[in-house]
Amino acid sequence: MTAHALHGDTESTALYDLPGPRARRRHFLYGIASTAVILALLAWILYLLFDTDQFTAAKWNPFTYKGIQELLLKGLGNTLKAFLYASVFSLVLGAVLATGRLSVHRPVHWAATLCVEFFRAMPVLVMIFFIFVALKVQPLPALVAGLTLYNGSVLAEVFRTGINSVDRGQREVAYALGMRKTQVMTFVLAPQAVRAMLPAIISQLVVALKDTSLGYLITYEEFLHAGKLIASNLDYDLPFIPVVMIISPIYIGMCMLLSWFAGWVARFERRSPKTEAVAVVEPDPGTVLPGDPR
Amino acid sequence: MYVLTQNFALYWKGFVGTVELTVYASVLALVLGFVMASFRVAPVGSFRVFGTVWVTVLRNTPLTLLFFAVLLGLPRFGLVLPFQVFAVLALGCYTSAFICEALRSGINTVPKGQGEASRSLGMSFTQTLRSVILPQAFRSVIPPIGSTLIALAKNSAIAGAFSVTELLGTYKTLSELGYNIIWTFVWIAVGYLIITLSISALFNVLEKRWGIAR
Repeated sequence: MTAHALHGDTESTALYDLPGPRARRRHFLYGIASTAVILALLAWILYLLFDTDQFTAAKWNPFTYKGIQELLLKGLGNTLKAFLYASVFSLVLGAVLATGRLSVHRPVHWAATLCVEFFRAMPVLVMIFFIFVALKVQPLPALVAGLTLYNGSVLAEVFRTGINSVDRGQREVAYALGMRKTQVMTFVLAPQAVRAMLPAIISQLVVALKDTSLGYLITYEEFLHAGKLIASNLDYDLPFIPVVMIISPIYIGMCMLLSWFAGWVARFERRSPKTEAVAVVEPDPGTVLPGDPR
Repeated sequence: MYVLTQNFALYWKGFVGTVELTVYASVLALVLGFVMASFRVAPVGSFRVFGTVWVTVLRNTPLTLLFFAVLLGLPRFGLVLPFQVFAVLALGCYTSAFICEALRSGINTVPKGQGEASRSLGMSFTQTLRSVILPQAFRSVIPPIGSTLIALAKNSAIAGAFSVTELLGTYKTLSELGYNIIWTFVWIAVGYLIITLSISALFNVLEKRWGIAR
């Protein structure tokens, strides 16, 4: 067995050679020491949990009640509902804005660019609060609208780079065959671009899923809101930590599943000969502002 | 329109709050991200596992949930700190996962031969990492780190909703005072634009000075 297999190292880095017997012994010792430290840390957290009576029956009992379970399920349903609406609308808005940015008509191009840059530069929460407070919209539409504006603008950039990543020759051939601009886009460029963009699109949907929890801040009755309701209930001895311990794995699990799916699609596409060498970069978490050379 | 001039002190306090939050959390995120990135490329398995778990979990945690757990949950352990410290902790840890990934991709852009060369000169893992690989990795990841920190500045708005003094939080006081809510938000938006544009400008300068074209 090679040292590589031993260390489970997939990408060999420039950082170190394959360790020899002495280095391996040393690494083994480091490994044991660091594992001990991590375990001690976990034990300390566990001790804190027990010490502050987080595992008393009174705090965990509520989760066996049907009403509580239904409340949590309803919250989860509302989270997924907001996510579904937000993803569909942002895909549509993204397509519209990307079309605008790719347009040859100057005013359309500028309007779309302005929209994209502005909505990417604003904190999502400010937009959601603006829609909720100033425009007096109900929580669900306010949340969905805020998420749509932000994620739609980011997706517009993904779509645009995706379309631009299709080989120039494809476009030229299509025009040479006498296709119109719309035909070139819908029959030649878009179908190829979608395959390359898919991982980046799904990654952006993870962001949308995570951001649905912002609904909690505008009193939308989603998953976190349900958790808060249970946690602040005196009858159940304020089971705050148990609530966090139950809702976090579910939230994180959902997002990880979607992230993993994005990664799987990316690997699948990379193997496919049809999309060889075309990769669309993941959308930036931040914004690229006007006048930015990036 | 007059809402800004009449309440400049309030806006200024919120603005400074957001800037402080952003700066402190950025420092924490950069330090933690650096540590986690070194963990993720370390030759020792348990370091790698720890780094991977840290990044995977934090990247997939909704920030609101993290704020909820840290600001409202940690006090249940008897850990009582000012809310601003908790907010810096939550924002910094969350962003460190993204910084770590940016750094790691930067490390991968350094040609393998350089590591081999420094090792053949007798440098250890830490020496290679510190004096050869990381300085170059840093320079190639200036743009992604810039956009990550812009995202951090924008994310700091969530802290306002958890009653940390911060720019977005000013709307509550102003709407209670009966000011036009639209103009209130216009000035909040301008405040955020100033912060994000400044970070963007700063990183443009850094990139011009230190960035490497490959």
